[in-house]
Amino acid sequence: MTNYNILLAGFGGQGILFSGKVMANAGLVEGKEVSWLPSYGPEMRGGTANCSVCLSERAIGSPLVTTPDILVVMNQPSYEKYIDAVVPGGKVFIDSTLIQANCERTDIDIYEIPATQMAKQQDMSGLANIILMGKVLKETGFAATESVEAAIRKCVSARKAHLVDVNMQAIQLGMNC
Amino acid sequence: MTEKQAERVLMKGNEAMAEAAIQAGCRHFFGYPITPSTEIAAYMSKRMPKVGGTYLQAESEVAAINMVLGAAAAGVRVMTGSSSPGISLKSEGVSYLAGCDLPCVIINVQRGGPGLGGIQPSQADYWQATKAWGHGDFQILVYAPSTVQEMVNLMMEAFDKADEYRIPALMLVDGLLGQMMEPIAFPEKDLSTIPAKPWATNGHKHKREHNIVNSLCLKPDELEQQVIARFARYDIIKAKEAQAEEYLVDDADIVLVAFGATARTTRSAIDMAREKDIKAGMIRPITLWPFPEKVIQKAANTAQCFLSVEMSMGQMIDDIKLAINCTKPVHFYGRTGGMVPMPVDILGKIEELARGLK
Amino acid sequence: MTVVYEKPQALNDMVMHYCPGCTHGIIHKLVAEVIDEMDIEGETIGIAPVGCAVMAYEYFKCDMIESPHGRAPALATGVKRSLPENFVFTYQGDGDLAAIGAAEIVHAATRGEKITVIFVNNAIYGMTGGQMAPTTLPGQITQTSPYGRNVETEGFPIHVCEMLSTLDGTAYAERVAVNSIPNIRKAKKAIRRAFEAQKNKEGFSIVEILSTCPTNWGLSPVDALGWLEENMIPYYPLGVYKDKSAEGNQEVK
Repeated sequence: MTNYNILLAGFGGQGILFSGKVMANAGLVEGKEVSWLPSYGPEMRGGTANCSVCLSERAIGSPLVTTPDILVVMNQPSYEKYIDAVVPGGKVFIDSTLIQANCERTDIDIYEIPATQMAKQQDMSGLANIILMGKVLKETGFAATESVEAAIRKCVSARKAHLVDVNMQAIQLGMNC
Repeated sequence: MTEKQAERVLMKGNEAMAEAAIQAGCRHFFGYPITPSTEIAAYMSKRMPKVGGTYLQAESEVAAINMVLGAAAAGVRVMTGSSSPGISLKSEGVSYLAGCDLPCVIINVQRGGPGLGGIQPSQADYWQATKAWGHGDFQILVYAPSTVQEMVNLMMEAFDKADEYRIPALMLVDGLLGQMMEPIAFPEKDLSTIPAKPWATNGHKHKREHNIVNSLCLKPDELEQQVIARFARYDIIKAKEAQAEEYLVDDADIVLVAFGATARTTRSAIDMAREKDIKAGMIRPITLWPFPEKVIQKAANTAQCFLSVEMSMGQMIDDIKLAINCTKPVHFYGRTGGMVPMPVDILGKIEELARGLK
Repeated sequence: MTVVYEKPQALNDMVMHYCPGCTHGIIHKLVAEVIDEMDIEGETIGIAPVGCAVMAYEYFKCDMIESPHGRAPALATGVKRSLPENFVFTYQGDGDLAAIGAAEIVHAATRGEKITVIFVNNAIYGMTGGQMAPTTLPGQITQTSPYGRNVETEGFPIHVCEMLSTLDGTAYAERVAVNSIPNIRKAKKAIRRAFEAQKNKEGFSIVEILSTCPTNWGLSPVDALGWLEENMIPYYPLGVYKDKSAEGNQEVK
């Protein structure tokens, strides 16, 4: 599969939009057509945040993903809201530290990763989103690992450039679990 | 304009339009924050001081558009940006800008209405943009890009055409296009073609008679002649500036008409229909005023019916019917209030129409 | 023959439309004389209002823009920010400035826009035929306050100079009147000072000019001058309300 319709959802502050930007930039590095669309609303912090990312070999129609083939969720309300929207054959990535999954669907693959707990144990607080992305990368191969690294370099502001390495460690951690 | 061989960068629609304006020589921005257009003002506030320009956050949308009027009269490239409720507030100034024959560029990042409405994407300001944005007989140029790259290209074109015809130009986009990021490259912009503005009120320096920028004319016969002259200019614009993209129209039984973000989901729906051997195609108006009537008329010779797809209760559909003089049925599919018509839903409507054709 | 008096160069040679006895003509002349004396006609852009002075764009020989009602300070902002080395003035009446354009004038002042505002206060809407203005005096009879302005229902007049002088962006604010020769001389001085404030980039400058409207007040031109003196000046005291460049000269009285 070379086209991906990805939906990432969680609380504001979990790095949902950042993860989406990294994935979109990874696609861009590989010369794909990409789009990134955030939810926007009156809640600035702590409210729900989600974003749609499309990676495609062709021009992208809707940048709004309502039926994802990759779903990444980091809170219970988002899990409940979107789990039934995933297309058959789709892959779902769940931060199991934060979500009690009890999905009865058998037509999708569900990966439960205690990303928040892992981040805490590894002294990588705030990088649960990146650990999850590492797992997405391993299971879907949406881009080459080098492309993801290049994307992280692009997305991390100059002020935080020293954080690129720890981000890549988080990716590896996710890929190895 | 030739595309630079520069690396493509990911940029939000709102920010890409703002940067395109700067690269088109715009150094004056007057605005007021409103979701989902605020990134335009935020970007300008960061960039303008670095390029020697002016960013000014006005006390109101009304003040902002009148600051645009002042700067346009002074002869500089100037713009403002807002979203639907703010755009309504600007209507007074837009009428005056049109009546004073002043060039400027305005962005409307549409959201659901009426009233305060919502903040999700909408195309329900079509009538306002193309028919009645303010009092009096007048039109403005209306551009409707559907990708972030096209937002960049048309933004630059809007400044050129506004100057060429001394007319306000509107970029009619929506929350989806404004908020999304796509890869773009900025074309090389030739600024040597910006026309001289001998009519500008920039101080006569005792080298010419005093210039007056004015929309007042108390003699009805003279005002009539002024308006008629302006409409003669509109006729030239109609003949030369209408733009549309055609997608699989030649053999299409069902021709969908959609603009902006809606054209994106419509294109996906057409691809899905073609896989089911339904001959569907699309006309995508790139300018909404002037409306690309000729392209629609030509399609009426071969199409069996039209389907207008909009994020509204159906506004552009009127212009399609007028363009073809109702010679073919024109159907409608739309969502409103911030809901986006998705490909599968549009496909459903196409299939329904296709069954009717057999 | 020695020329002892002539029309200022900065005014066009044409018949003005103002009513007999109206003081707009005097104020136009004062502004034009200041433009001549400073030799800035070629660098000046004037903004005409909606109201009696709507045709001012014909009368002044500098470049002129005709504004939507009340928006002249916003237009002036747009012009000045585009042409920071030029002179920009607005010419506004009381309805234009203190009612429909109240937001624009307050914010232009607080931003310290380097523009000069000529504010003509005659306590009435002239062009539309004598309706109540934001500066109409308590008890004053107008077409839309036929029983006299009742402050219980219509509220109080706005003291524009007092209000704007509270704003940090205002560099210079003075109230003058054109009801007598000494006052006319003072008015011209104030206008000159306001343009100088602009030249020196001190900030926002405004001259409020108490003016008559014989037609809508229903008085002869001479009686109107008397009415201004007896009624308006006590309510709207003349003087300098703000002068940033002159320490200790910020209080009237």
